[in-house]
Amino acid sequence: MTNHYIDFRNADVILNMGGNVAENHPVSFKWVQAAKDKGAIFIHVDPRYTRTSTKADIFVRLRSGTDIAFLGGMIKYILDNKLYDEFYVKNYTNASFIVNPKYSFDDGLFSGYNPQKRSYDKSTWALEKDEKGIPKQDLTLQNERCVFQLLKKHYSRYTLEKVTAITGTPQADLEKVYKTYGSTGAPGKAGTELYAMGWTQHTVGVQNIRAMAMIQLLLGNMGIAGGGVNALRGESNVQGSTDHALLFHIIPAYMPTPRAKWATLADYNKTTPSTKDPRSANWWKNRPKYIVSLLKSMYGDKATKENDFGYSWMPKLDDTQNASWLMLFDEMYKGTFTGFFAWGMNPACSSANAGKVRQAMAKLDWMVNVNVFDSETGSFWKGPGMNPKKIKTEVFQLPCAAFMEKEGSITNSGRWSQWRYKAANPPGDAKPDGDIMYELFKKVQALYKKDKKAVFPDPILNLKWDYETKGHFDIHKVAKEINGYDLTTGKLVANFTKLKDDGTTSCGNWLFSGSYTEAGNMAARRKKTDPTGLGLYPEWAWTWPVNRRIIYNRASVDLDGNPRDPKRPLLKWDAANKKWVGDVPDGGWPPMGTNGFYPFIMKPDGVAHIFGPGLADGPFPEHYEPLECPIEKNIMSNQRINPAIKIFKGGPDTFATCDPRYPFVCSTYRVTEHWQTGVLTRWLPWLIEAEPQLFCEMSVELAKLKGIENGSRVLVETSRGKVEAVAIVTPRLKPFNIAGQTIHQIGVPWHFGWLHPKDGGDSANLLTPTVGDPNTMIPESKAFMANVTKITKKPAKKARKG
Amino acid sequence: MNVTRRDFMKISGITVAGATLSQLGFDLTPVHAYATELRIKGAKENLSICCYCSVGCGIIVHTDSKGKVINAEGDPDHPISEGALCAKGASSYQIAVNENRLQKIRYRAPNSDKWKEVSWEWALDKIAANIKKSRDKSFMAKNKDGKVVNRTNGIASVGSAAMDNEECWLYQKLLRSLGLVYIEHQARI
Repeated sequence: MTNHYIDFRNADVILNMGGNVAENHPVSFKWVQAAKDKGAIFIHVDPRYTRTSTKADIFVRLRSGTDIAFLGGMIKYILDNKLYDEFYVKNYTNASFIVNPKYSFDDGLFSGYNPQKRSYDKSTWALEKDEKGIPKQDLTLQNERCVFQLLKKHYSRYTLEKVTAITGTPQADLEKVYKTYGSTGAPGKAGTELYAMGWTQHTVGVQNIRAMAMIQLLLGNMGIAGGGVNALRGESNVQGSTDHALLFHIIPAYMPTPRAKWATLADYNKTTPSTKDPRSANWWKNRPKYIVSLLKSMYGDKATKENDFGYSWMPKLDDTQNASWLMLFDEMYKGTFTGFFAWGMNPACSSANAGKVRQAMAKLDWMVNVNVFDSETGSFWKGPGMNPKKIKTEVFQLPCAAFMEKEGSITNSGRWSQWRYKAANPPGDAKPDGDIMYELFKKVQALYKKDKKAVFPDPILNLKWDYETKGHFDIHKVAKEINGYDLTTGKLVANFTKLKDDGTTSCGNWLFSGSYTEAGNMAARRKKTDPTGLGLYPEWAWTWPVNRRIIYNRASVDLDGNPRDPKRPLLKWDAANKKWVGDVPDGGWPPMGTNGFYPFIMKPDGVAHIFGPGLADGPFPEHYEPLECPIEKNIMSNQRINPAIKIFKGGPDTFATCDPRYPFVCSTYRVTEHWQTGVLTRWLPWLIEAEPQLFCEMSVELAKLKGIENGSRVLVETSRGKVEAVAIVTPRLKPFNIAGQTIHQIGVPWHFGWLHPKDGGDSANLLTPTVGDPNTMIPESKAFMANVTKITKKPAKKARKG
Repeated sequence: MNVTRRDFMKISGITVAGATLSQLGFDLTPVHAYATELRIKGAKENLSICCYCSVGCGIIVHTDSKGKVINAEGDPDHPISEGALCAKGASSYQIAVNENRLQKIRYRAPNSDKWKEVSWEWALDKIAANIKKSRDKSFMAKNKDGKVVNRTNGIASVGSAAMDNEECWLYQKLLRSLGLVYIEHQARI
């Protein structure tokens, strides 16, 4: 999130699109309600009427997978009706920047497309620079190659007629949303967007979110109280686990994973973003300090200037290698791995095309599965269709402590790192994850120490692994390592501005530097002062970076540092004392004025990108149909699907589009009473009683068409798998009229699994396809094609037993 | 008497936001106070944050004199949740007190159809040996272009957003020291 949960209350208009805030983030809804109580308008846009919709002032439906068409129409409406914030657009975005003359867009394809590689050469999307290397600008926004004019041209095609034909949303509904949300472009008005997996789980996921970010920039809604683009993330610490880089493409705090082409630390440091513009802070210029400090936290004294601080010990990807989730399980399916850790995860139910994952795990020699309860992953070898006698995989199932049985911090979506205390001991032999990994690695280290002929033992033997007190693992020592030390004094650093690139500082994650200092454990703070009155609570817990509660906040003030919204002053320049008052500013420099620093300090150009030349699938979001879709032709162009997605072929990877066997659009989603694959909810008596089994929601019209009654058992099927469910026939879903054609949509929650309860149904991810967004590879679980039929034969007695 | 909202709830035992004594129409204070006392008498309050979604609601976990979890409820002092919890957070007590919890280290041998209970020592020794075998066999010092990569191609990991920050950081440190590049978790799906 750019903002945080309490900040919802500061908005004039709240748009929840790509999410279901009332059901999936229930307690946060109090801040939506707080905004409504003050007169804010709440809009919900979703294929399905949910409990969120019941509270919405405006609810409109759209077909799954058509968000860019919907938002593209909004961009056109904002431009046509001049609802944009002109000051903001000119000064704080790249709207005035001039694009390379070779840039073009024609019939769904941007310039530079290679159909064999299904990828773009992005060189023609570059922004032009003058002889000094500074981006060329036309502040009148009239130049036909400036971003603003290209934006206008691109979205002129997104007429109300076309958007309605694609989304199925009536024109009057579109106009109602566009007008209401567009009203927040007036200075002194704030609009916020709340999204979740409803936007990410598409083959155009990143561009869904980019389209909204562009709208927020046009309306001047970024960096302000009550604004922002806010991801309602699904797990209590998925923000922290991302920050700490449990992902293939990054190392802690969003630095790129080393690749073969960066053989030395000097090569790696060439990835450091640079700018020739003296007015751009370009914060990422500090990367060399952060990587050296990270290497010092990895290898301690063994990391020296002479050995490149151990940089060569870090594993490197091949130059273009993608090791993301879908690729990982594709490799596992091919037999690439002998060993596998499923640590606090249940991929047998959480992965798209879960049937493929279950087969893949049978090809391993060994698997370590750590969890609080048993899962379909740990017990995959005795699952449906599996013959244990033929499965060679050794499985180690390690019991771990639950959240109240250990100490440590977690980071919520608003970037608040909050400390938790241990309440009780874990049951039986269970131990905290940290203890398990700490002890396991000591054993690995001992084996390598003993074996004089071990393969490249250096990174293992040289790893700094000294996080214990009196012989026991000590989580505080890790928290301090993450914060970082001044190695010349042995003291904890105050924050990341103290880090150096010469090996005299260490820091496990520069974004968390400042979280545990000589002044104490900041995440454990519980002081409820609120000097701004905006609900920032700067002394409650700790927020990265440097306790900044709303990021990009320098965009909330005018050139002189005065709040542009006097009702919600997030930041103000105190000229007399030469300091900022309010939130922790995005850099302490004086206001931008006519010579000062630009507000978007993480971008080399210093301004926000309405034109985004770095993405895999184009600098502007463009509507493409989902890989599996119900219509033969994309109404916007001749490119039916996103031209840059990777197509997985063969074996368990099948797809069916416009196939009469799978005529209905299907989405997976969540319910309030369960969480993810249900490992932490299906075993809880209260929750499983409330939501005991898999269901399939469908409209009254579709049920009639298929002869299905409410409560009857149905089979939901795709080309990849099938699940049995109970039919919920409801007016919450309605058929869409898509370009004159009636399209039905159904939905299934993905919380269930064969292991428990016995008659609860299996994972909805047995249905979903192996296909991902070209930038993130997040799978398209929100729009795929399925069939639903009534099960006429009586269920077998065995299946009815509880 | 200066009564904060939290004190009020302690006195009245009413945990439903918005309900007041006047709304109830008669004074249930003694009854509620007695009921509350029975449930958490002598209990220790342990501050925590909910393990489910990413809102970060405050939870108070009560433990008895023997250190057993006896209750979990919303933390009224928490600025985001103000004492509220959803159905999941309000059930989190049942994570701690649950006969289905994994309590033993279990091992499933190749081609076996059952679990066997083993010790930590045995399991960790065997896992460490497996790691070494898989790593050493699949370790690639240079890729096919002859460039140094120093990576382990034969082991992959997924997990976990369910761990604490410190554990996440420590886990990536462990995995990267072993040379893994197939490191993924919930954030990708």
